[in-house]
Amino acid sequence: MSEQIPLSFTLNGKPVAAFVEPRKSLADFLREDRALTATRLGCEMGTCGACLVMMDGAPAHACLVLAAQAEGAEITTLEGQSEDALMADLQAAFVDRNAAQCGFCTSGMLTTALAYVRQGGTPDRAAIRDALSGNYCRCTGYEAIVDAIAGVAEAAMHKEAAA
Amino acid sequence: MKAPAFTFERAPTLGDAFDLFEAGGGEAIYLAGGHSVVPSLALRLQAPETLIDIAAIPELSGIREEAGMLRIGAMTRHAEILADPLVATHAPLLAMAAPHVAHPAIRNRGTIGGNLCHADPASEFPAVMLALEAEMEIAAPEGHRRVPARDFFVDLYETACAPGEILVALHVPVAGPATRCAFDEISRRRGDYAMIGCAVQITLEAGRIADPRVAFLSVGATPRRVPGCEAVLHDALLSAATIAKAQDALGADLDPMDDPNVPPAMRLHLARVLLGRLLGQLENDHV
Amino acid sequence: MNAEGLRIGARHVGTPLRRENARRHVAGRSRFTTDLTLPQMLHAAFVRSPLAHGRITELDVSEARAAPGVHAVLTAADLADCCTPWRGTLDHFAGMTSVSQRPLAEEEVLWVGHPVAMILAESRAMAEDASELVLLDIEELPAVTDPHAALHPDSPKAALEAEKGNLCFETVLETGAVDQVFAEAAHVVEEEFTFGRHTAVTLEPRAILADFDPSTRRLTVHQGTQTPYQFQDTFARHLGLEQSNVRVISPDVGGSFGMKLHVYHEEMAVAAASVLHGRPVRYVPDRLETFLSDIHARDHRITARMALDAEGHILAMDVHDIAPIGPFSTYPRTSVAEGNQVIRLMGAPYRMPDYRGRLQVVFQNKVQTSQYRAVGHPIACAVTEALVDKAAVALGLDPFAIRAANVIADDAYPARSATGFEFEALSHEECLGKLRDLMGYDALREQQAALRDRGIYRGIGIAPFVEITNPGATFYGIGGARISAQDGAIVKLTPGGQAQVAISITEQGQGTETIIAQIVADELGLDPSQVRVTTGDTETTPSGGATWACRGAGIGGETALRAARKLAAQIRAISGAVLQKDGDTLILSGGAVVSADNPMVAMDLSEVARIAYYRPDTLPAGIDTSLSVAHHFAPSGYPFDFTNGIQASHVEVDPETGIVRLLRHWVVEDCGTIINPLLVDEQIRGGVVQGLGAALFEECLYDESGQLTNGSMADYLVPMPCEMPDIAIAHVETPTKDTILGAKGVGEAGTAAASAAAMNAVNDALLPLGARITQTPMTPLRILRALKTITD
Ligand SMILES: Cc1cc2nc3c(=O)[nH]c(=O)nc-3n(C[C@H](O)[C@H](O)[C@H](O)COP(=O)(O)OP(=O)(O)OC[C@H]3O[C@@H](n4cnc5c(N)ncnc54)[C@H](O)[C@@H]3O)c2cc1C
Ligand code: FES
Ligand code: FES
Repeated sequence: MSEQIPLSFTLNGKPVAAFVEPRKSLADFLREDRALTATRLGCEMGTCGACLVMMDGAPAHACLVLAAQAEGAEITTLEGQSEDALMADLQAAFVDRNAAQCGFCTSGMLTTALAYVRQGGTPDRAAIRDALSGNYCRCTGYEAIVDAIAGVAEAAMHKEAAA
Repeated sequence: MKAPAFTFERAPTLGDAFDLFEAGGGEAIYLAGGHSVVPSLALRLQAPETLIDIAAIPELSGIREEAGMLRIGAMTRHAEILADPLVATHAPLLAMAAPHVAHPAIRNRGTIGGNLCHADPASEFPAVMLALEAEMEIAAPEGHRRVPARDFFVDLYETACAPGEILVALHVPVAGPATRCAFDEISRRRGDYAMIGCAVQITLEAGRIADPRVAFLSVGATPRRVPGCEAVLHDALLSAATIAKAQDALGADLDPMDDPNVPPAMRLHLARVLLGRLLGQLENDHV
Repeated sequence: MNAEGLRIGARHVGTPLRRENARRHVAGRSRFTTDLTLPQMLHAAFVRSPLAHGRITELDVSEARAAPGVHAVLTAADLADCCTPWRGTLDHFAGMTSVSQRPLAEEEVLWVGHPVAMILAESRAMAEDASELVLLDIEELPAVTDPHAALHPDSPKAALEAEKGNLCFETVLETGAVDQVFAEAAHVVEEEFTFGRHTAVTLEPRAILADFDPSTRRLTVHQGTQTPYQFQDTFARHLGLEQSNVRVISPDVGGSFGMKLHVYHEEMAVAAASVLHGRPVRYVPDRLETFLSDIHARDHRITARMALDAEGHILAMDVHDIAPIGPFSTYPRTSVAEGNQVIRLMGAPYRMPDYRGRLQVVFQNKVQTSQYRAVGHPIACAVTEALVDKAAVALGLDPFAIRAANVIADDAYPARSATGFEFEALSHEECLGKLRDLMGYDALREQQAALRDRGIYRGIGIAPFVEITNPGATFYGIGGARISAQDGAIVKLTPGGQAQVAISITEQGQGTETIIAQIVADELGLDPSQVRVTTGDTETTPSGGATWACRGAGIGGETALRAARKLAAQIRAISGAVLQKDGDTLILSGGAVVSADNPMVAMDLSEVARIAYYRPDTLPAGIDTSLSVAHHFAPSGYPFDFTNGIQASHVEVDPETGIVRLLRHWVVEDCGTIINPLLVDEQIRGGVVQGLGAALFEECLYDESGQLTNGSMADYLVPMPCEMPDIAIAHVETPTKDTILGAKGVGEAGTAAASAAAMNAVNDALLPLGARITQTPMTPLRILRALKTITD
């Protein structure tokens, strides 16, 4: 086993200083060392989107990033998004539209969705599907997820217009 | 699927990177975005002793115009290529190709330098580099050199950037007022590595083609320019007849690899279809 | 007076109640087996056979044993005494054979991925490090990878000890006059079909954490499965433990679709290793391992013909299905059930007097195959509907017209299929009509014609289907399988006047707990938010069949309903004693017991509970104060409750590239009583997309030596968001009279006919080009070959 190296970054808004084995992926670090299990592993090679987290404000695959690469970064997992109003809207919409069945893809879906609705603009189903193009879901068939995101994006757009 | 053990080093400067590589005694590799390296480690396809993170090296970042060339730092993320106004203006072909690279989140972290050095023959950017006749700036302990794109892609996953050397930036001649370009690919699902992809850049004046560059991806061990096809296009009127001749010429230009899912005849056929569509699009835009 | 008839207040069955579970998922608070850790836990990794067939000549684990962090390395010999072998045969599949299996290969390896050694280490990474140090030498034996060649008498055997060569099972189902009908028929259409092998690719891999406590000889297994009771029985019997000492808990399960109810070598090895070492052992296959070890499904080579009279009435079908499986039959449900359903579901929607179906199930050196969502249905549906469409073209009939002329009329039930199925009541005619309106069929045809003139090739395909749901004991139990055909529920009124339900059906995201809360709430006059449902723990819930073959809502729902009625009767009796009323005149509504003839006479459930729990001394002597009741229910009446429906697919084929774009999909479905329309629709959508994946993308590809060549998610193409269409859904409701609830299953309906509809749509698009495709997935290469654009 190689020696652990020091690592400091911001995790869910709080500074973290830890030691980590260099070979450990950010996903394994979050899940095993920090017990943040909302970040899930479905493929460990970037093809399913279950492990998406926000890295410096944009979705990134925690399975494709070594924990060591997160040095100095700002990482937000689903657990750390509970204060975000847009995320709260998305979560409510996912429940309302039954867009989470087994729930295993849900953290990644919500992460992609948050990035999409944050962009603003008129929601477009094809664009939403394109944004989700790397997020696999075996249960829902995707339509409910697209509906949920479209609904929140639409509401956000109106709010923006009114403000 | 857990990576084998290795040590991890961060290189603040090019010099540090070379020193660390030297110290690694041939068992070190550089790490940029990590989106090709990390999964290959998880799959235990390679087992380097040391990973040298080059993300923080200042020379590797930034996009700027320099003496008629667009300089794109190797650490530029795919998402930045997609959104950057300089790229859109001066290298529109590159901007057109960017949305075809993988999926949004991968584009947030993957770097163009890593993509080019990884040299996957199904990758979009290498073919674009060929069509743009870009130059690759490579740094070695002995100094920097520039390698034209046509000499950069040597073989499957192999480039002119030797182990220990670092791709610093790419330099792209800026597009002129008469430059026209098109990019597309045929893939089974959005974001997949394509069955075929094609980058076309021409100069079009009064309907006549000059300086045609056509490059294909997913046709062999490296991306390919197609000289026979380009010869047909050179100085020809962009017309249905020219397009048909250019499509025909691909038969002599391309010799696709064996692949049970996409046999050579199919790949050649798809290459012709795609070329026809891209040139047709340029023709339509023109009239 | 009948209290049930006097129900007042809101009914929850039939409403789109939102799922409580979903709130945990969106908050990131779900707990999957992959999330669990225990003190002293060891991680397992497996060394697997790199060859499809061979004999182990050397297995040296000494270096691996010495590797850092390694606790133990186990081989077959280490587990021989603590885990008995299993054999996946059932008596009602007369004559079927299979070799038996043990957790780790003893001498012969049977497929690429067959576990040979097991590493237990402090971390998964260390276990993988050590697995690279195991020395494994295998003498290669010929691999059987082609089903036709496998049936040749001179073929090598996929498993050396197989009793009947490579034939696992053979059966013929036949009515009297098939040959004569074909000889005399006005029209005969025939075709050969190839259906690709595919697999479930649940997003959460299979996962197990086995925790044996040697001091009490108790084994607790946390497992992502649909069927905890079955595994409780399996682990107890094969590991020699008291059944009462084995507890299986299925926490949140990240998708299942039939794949997680089979016995796998790795799970048995993990449980055995925990017993052997007295430590918790966890195993989660990585994605590469799931492709090499999860069951695969489908894989059928079918020749079929259909006879019709001059007007287009179907007279008979004659079908031969060669179904290649793995090197042995899966335990405990066998690898034969799928083919068996294929030949029995042929022509199911139609008045078809005669039929012959021949099934040959064939061993080969690939991963084992078994039940996956919609077992057999998509195959039978695709074959039947492709032939119906082909006949329609030959007869110049519209696809709707030929089906209208052939489906069993809605007023002709009960009816019996040529394959022997008994249908209580189906609604094909109504579904056909509804679909036509829903999709705007006539306008689509006009648009299709107009676009064809512009070189755009769109196609429309329809596919009626019949689905087997709510199976009774004739399904497995009759063949000797220890698989419960009944379910059980315990319903209790808490001292605060709310309800808790413990039930044996399980939740994998389909909404089991929600519908049970709706049903129980209605029976007890509560709001569903006051009903807490527990599932997935053999210790705290009654034993039962759990969730498979679309039995959860129908059988589980009925179980809960009857249990809740028993409790309601208790509540009425107790409150009747307090209110001095005959219990039969009391209604449960709005959280209270109310007198039917005088609404002023009422009592809150919390008051009933308070008296029964805290002041039973105030009740008449001898009164039964039980406020927990248990009830088990097994379906009787029809052996299955069949459902039906129809699907339509609209596609555009690019004849230059062979790429098919799915434009839209429609489903009209009749699952009887709809307990929750929101959940039903999303079950259908998810099911449709799995069917469309099979139609266009999904296939486990093997080379001739038996190597899986696309065993990763980069290479095995699952359906992703951009390629999938929006799906419109409508319903017809024909409740089954077998139960009070009237609900039938719906989970497999989407998958049952989606690929058939898509195949018909593609062929409709290709028709003017003179091409036809009868192989799934319909890849660009296969379409270009059908078009003769590519010839080789
Ligand atoms: C699921 C998935 C799908 C993908 N789909 C596509 C796709 O459709 N099209 C496509 O083009 N790509 C695709 N990629 C690859 C992606 O674009 C990668 O990000 C890219 O290939 C590598 O970039 P990186 O910065 O991550 O490089 P890294 O993984 O860090 O490095 C890649 C290689 O290049 C070397 N290297 C990196 N930077 C330098 C440098 N500056 N100088 C010298 N050597 C260097 C490294 O040592 C390594 O050998 C996909 C990746 C994944 C995981
Ligand atoms: S686990 Fe990271 S993309 Fe699948
Ligand atoms: S809800 Fe199960 S994978 Fe998406």
